[in-house]
Amino acid sequence: MSARPTLAVWKFASCDGCQLSLLDCEDEFLALAGAVDISHFTEMSRASVDGPYDISLVEGSITTGADVDRIHEVRAMSRRLITIGACATAGGIQALRNYAAGDYPPVVYAHPEYLDSLATSTPISAHVNVDYELQGCPIDRRQLLEVLVAELAGRRPVVPGHSVCVECKQRSTVCVLVRGGTPCLGPVTRAGCGALCPSVERGCFGCFGPADTHNAASLSRRILELGATRADAGRLFRTFNAGAAAFEHAADALGNGGAR
Amino acid sequence: MTHGRAERTVSVRGMSRVEGEGSLRVQVVDGRVEDVPLEIFEPPRYFEALLAGRRYSEAPDITARICGICPVAYQMSACNAMEDAAGVVVDRPIRALRRLLYCGEWIQSHSLHVYLLHAPDFLGFNDAVELAEHDRGAVERGLGLKRTGNLLMETVGGRAVHPVNVCVGGFYKAPSPEAVAALAEPLARAREAALATVEWVSGFDFPDVEGDYRLVALHDPDVYAIEGGSAIRSSDGLDVSPADFEGLLDEEHVMRSTALHARLRGRGHYLTGPLARYALNGAQLPAIAKEAASAAGLGPVCTNPFRSIVVRSVELVAACDEALRLVAEYEPPQPPATPVPGTASVGVGVTEAPRGLLLQRYEVGQDGLIRTARIVPPTSQNQLSIEDDLRATATATLSAPDAELTLRCEQAVRNHDPCISCAAHFLDVTVERR
Repeated sequence: MSARPTLAVWKFASCDGCQLSLLDCEDEFLALAGAVDISHFTEMSRASVDGPYDISLVEGSITTGADVDRIHEVRAMSRRLITIGACATAGGIQALRNYAAGDYPPVVYAHPEYLDSLATSTPISAHVNVDYELQGCPIDRRQLLEVLVAELAGRRPVVPGHSVCVECKQRSTVCVLVRGGTPCLGPVTRAGCGALCPSVERGCFGCFGPADTHNAASLSRRILELGATRADAGRLFRTFNAGAAAFEHAADALGNGGAR
Repeated sequence: MTHGRAERTVSVRGMSRVEGEGSLRVQVVDGRVEDVPLEIFEPPRYFEALLAGRRYSEAPDITARICGICPVAYQMSACNAMEDAAGVVVDRPIRALRRLLYCGEWIQSHSLHVYLLHAPDFLGFNDAVELAEHDRGAVERGLGLKRTGNLLMETVGGRAVHPVNVCVGGFYKAPSPEAVAALAEPLARAREAALATVEWVSGFDFPDVEGDYRLVALHDPDVYAIEGGSAIRSSDGLDVSPADFEGLLDEEHVMRSTALHARLRGRGHYLTGPLARYALNGAQLPAIAKEAASAAGLGPVCTNPFRSIVVRSVELVAACDEALRLVAEYEPPQPPATPVPGTASVGVGVTEAPRGLLLQRYEVGQDGLIRTARIVPPTSQNQLSIEDDLRATATATLSAPDAELTLRCEQAVRNHDPCISCAAHFLDVTVERR
């Protein structure tokens, strides 16, 4: 048996992009594979070692009855359980079904009765205890490495909880909201991406979910003053992190984000 | 259960080294392969339903989230569909920049598949980490290629997974000429690495099999079709516009776990992806890719699915070479996006995702909101051909022990680089419980 800590990667309802971030650590990937024992990662390997595991990375949200059971099994096998990405931490874009007036399955499937599909998409933390949540749609691979390194060192990861606005200042990006009058979720969104959208002159659309402190009501007011309809403003909050409490409340206050 | 018959079932729960969650089962009765269902147990995410009521301009960002491996494919097909609906043709420099971004995704996705997902099968390893213990140089070459693909996507798209710079009509901001020029050097190295890749994989040991495929690909008379094209062609003579192709597509939701199966009306099922593109658009490959293909022993058509790794590597060369050309010719589009209004109309958009044809169709209302969406990803189109391959592979390998039969069948699936996340998120999802 190996003395190295064991790592497992799990997928629920998701796009694969967050676990791909692990393979996107091109420069560090082989070093990482040397530092931990990657025991279960089906996207990468045929080989799978049974649990328990020291660290489990969980991507995706819970949307089926079978997955409710599976996440409990994963929790039982994992010393530390870390969720990665907006699906796992907030339910993802597929959580739009939670707010829909109509029923989704018949729109897509000829035979909805064949499906094992819940009416809601919920984050992992709605089902089991989660040790750490890494935000982003997708997560940032440098933050993922920081979280893994911190886990191995037994310390808390250094991941900012402040807003995207701070990152715009750090990279000297002129404010798209103040100067350009472009609706931007930057003031209420957690930093981590590097303020990518304002750097290409578009407003932030909230990939990293709510910042630790936020005033979404005030931002909504400003976005409406800039001429957005209530439905458009609501849709802005209701995307990949629709299920995060601050964004959910902001969209509700604007009239359900224009959902059907 | 039937008695008195020799039954043998080989199952692979949790297919590895594919994108997404699936499994396959080979049922053998009385020495005959009875069924080879490729089971997909990805939970449905209902993208077509959740897109209804969203603004037409949101389609690229939302559909990107269908797949983290090929988000650009989703963004570009969505853009093409919305522009088709509005009757807008984007300016040439915008089209060129889109092609550059898409080349980045091809480089990233193909190098991921060739090196990390597919090559270990041919060399007897469980994964690329084991492969690296024996040949670290090869894996580092693959990771280097992948890094260059990601760098391209970051420079043009702003981010490697779910780029932020794409909008209907073009881009939010054109990258600076300096930033694009800086890509030339890593791309030149990547092209060398891609040539080395073709040479490396062409030396693998391939089973001697040929698939009987109906091949379908997007076609452009001037270039190897990626980000758009004028027609969709097939190996049996189809030559239609994207809109007419959409009209010919039937999708069936069946009880068996692999549900929505795409078929062409009047023709049947078909295969898209590298083998189809190479066969139908080989004449449009850049010269350096043609030379690499012929040096690797590929004829004008390759229907050995195991050799798809060679074709994919040839496409890596093509993508690096095309990217280099586009970098050299780069002029920032001015403005970065052509205005596209959201008006009541219907549009169809098709592009070539790394693993095959990706079609989207939208009906947009007068208010600029999406009324209905249809998304047909590559894997749902390829699924029936993959099952044909599985049946042939299982039949040919029947006398082998279970472990070898299992590996061969897994390989038969991985040959086509299926993206189960894509296919299942709005397609075929039932878990067969028995």
